[in-house]
Amino acid sequence: MKILVALKQVPARDSLLRIDASGRWLDESDLSFEINEPDAYALEAALQLKEQHGGEVVVLSAGPERAVSAIREALAKGADRAIHVEQENLGEFDTLSLAKLLAAAASSEKADLILTGLQSDDLGSGQTGVIMAELLGLPHATIIMAVEASGQGVRVKRELEAGWFQHVSMPLPAVLTIQSGINKLRYATLMGIKKAKTKEVRKLTAAELGVQPESSVSLLRIYQPKRVKQTQMLAGAPAEQAAQLVEKLKFEARVI
Amino acid sequence: MPSFRGVDYLHIDSLLNDDEKLVRQTTRQFVEDRVVPVIKDCYNQGRFPAELIPEMGEMGFFGANLDGYGCAGMSNVEYGLIMQELERGDSGLRSLVSVQGALVMYPILTYGSEEQRKRYLPKLAKGEMIGCFGLTEPGYGSNPAGMTTTATRDGDSWVLNGEKTWITNGTVADVAVVWARTPEGVRGFLVEKGTPGYKTSDIHGKLSMRASVTSSLSFSDCRISECHRLPEAQGLKSALGCLSQARFGIGWGVLGAAMDCFETARQYTMVRKQFDDRPIASHQLVQEKLAWMVTEITKGQLLAIQCGRLKDARKLDFAHISMLKRNNVAMALECARLSRDLLGGNGIIDDYPIMRHMCNLETVKTYEGTDHIHTLVIGERVTGIPAYK
Repeated sequence: MKILVALKQVPARDSLLRIDASGRWLDESDLSFEINEPDAYALEAALQLKEQHGGEVVVLSAGPERAVSAIREALAKGADRAIHVEQENLGEFDTLSLAKLLAAAASSEKADLILTGLQSDDLGSGQTGVIMAELLGLPHATIIMAVEASGQGVRVKRELEAGWFQHVSMPLPAVLTIQSGINKLRYATLMGIKKAKTKEVRKLTAAELGVQPESSVSLLRIYQPKRVKQTQMLAGAPAEQAAQLVEKLKFEARVI
Repeated sequence: MPSFRGVDYLHIDSLLNDDEKLVRQTTRQFVEDRVVPVIKDCYNQGRFPAELIPEMGEMGFFGANLDGYGCAGMSNVEYGLIMQELERGDSGLRSLVSVQGALVMYPILTYGSEEQRKRYLPKLAKGEMIGCFGLTEPGYGSNPAGMTTTATRDGDSWVLNGEKTWITNGTVADVAVVWARTPEGVRGFLVEKGTPGYKTSDIHGKLSMRASVTSSLSFSDCRISECHRLPEAQGLKSALGCLSQARFGIGWGVLGAAMDCFETARQYTMVRKQFDDRPIASHQLVQEKLAWMVTEITKGQLLAIQCGRLKDARKLDFAHISMLKRNNVAMALECARLSRDLLGGNGIIDDYPIMRHMCNLETVKTYEGTDHIHTLVIGERVTGIPAYK
């Protein structure tokens, strides 16, 4: 089974986030980066499928030059080779453009299965995998909790709301967007890191793929969420405090 | 407490390449997941976390900077970063890995026969075998040239007699690299567990390195064959060559302990309030300690990186390593003491890693060449005058 994993490099979760001078993106000067968390689970799912059924895991990532460190990590964990669509400032373009880049790069691979995270930890549109599937004309399923290869197709478990799950059998090739936390991520071993140095990373550009990234949406401003919760201390004797509390619950919170 | 992010005041990361950062990250994640949750109990109970050995073998930590025979073939900077992250977990754990790689695998690779390399290195790399290094004796620590353990040739075999002590991993080791005096000079031998005449016992009552095994080895007419001698080990300098490897790792490792203490203290002083409901980090005396620590850690990082780059270029010698080991261990111990001070009473309890690091670092200051001996190595390098006696 040939599996393509589309992954994105995003600012590390424990980074100190500062907004840059433009007010439209993060100051990246002392930011550390990592593989987008749901994409890391997609990679792990792919590696496990390869262990069970054989085949090849190919990593596909679009992003600036620094994204190669995320690609190297994926190779160190066991992916066989990678394709890097090198493109600066991808965040300025819309998800359709990104999906076009990924779909164009993926199309020549003729993978049996394309896995990606259900959304990115930075922009979080949750659209890339689905649009890529549409562009490639492939069936897709989202919020996947488990993947089992069976015969000519796959059987997947989707997460619905309120603890409900849906089990779907679907034909291959297909695109699945993977939920975080569905498996146990492996470590990149030192031998894996060493071996990754010899694995192929093919570089492609938007021009080579015949895609002109553009933007139908524009990001106007990013900002730190304001703290909206407030704690009020009620003073006075217990009876007075209780009366004040009842008043607030009635007229401010309007819950009684 | 949030997960450990290291200390990087001076953009030291810009001196590291992507692979080096990935090696550090994967080791840091391993320590966060597998070591941090258990190490406090291990230390308190004086328990050696043997269950981590196969996993560390799988990760490639043992003999990581050696090439071939199942070793990971990392650069020396990558190896240093691994030591840093392991010792951020615990000095005892780093000691286990240091001894296995630098004091057991390194001499087998460097001084051993091809047969010995094939027999031991792949298993030691995987953690399927554990090794120890027997040089120090009850009467000879800083002065190993005085060793009294002897190896006497008898036909095609050697008979060992004597005692070694302060041996990390001693009772758990499957193979011991033992140094003994022969009529031709000091030679190295590989003694396997279970060899008649070879006995080990643990040193009890340690108030430091409690998550690590420390033992004594005794040899009483212990007979081993010539094929268990390290053929290329000639004289005490071969043993000291191993120590240089280990000290290099220590110089990096203690940075991790220092960083852990500093970060614990920094975060604590930001939330601990005293006088006018202000965090104690707003007090000048507290800031002075934090400023001292972060400056000294940064200098220690630069020293370690330079030594690592020199080692990769094969230009690092033992007197450079003495500066690295002496400076960084003393610095880390001082960071532990200052951090303990900043945490007040909380500094002494095991909710925080500081007191454990501090107690461990007292050992690290002494082992693998005491602070004093390294001072004299540096002194001899700059004056040309040896002042050991």
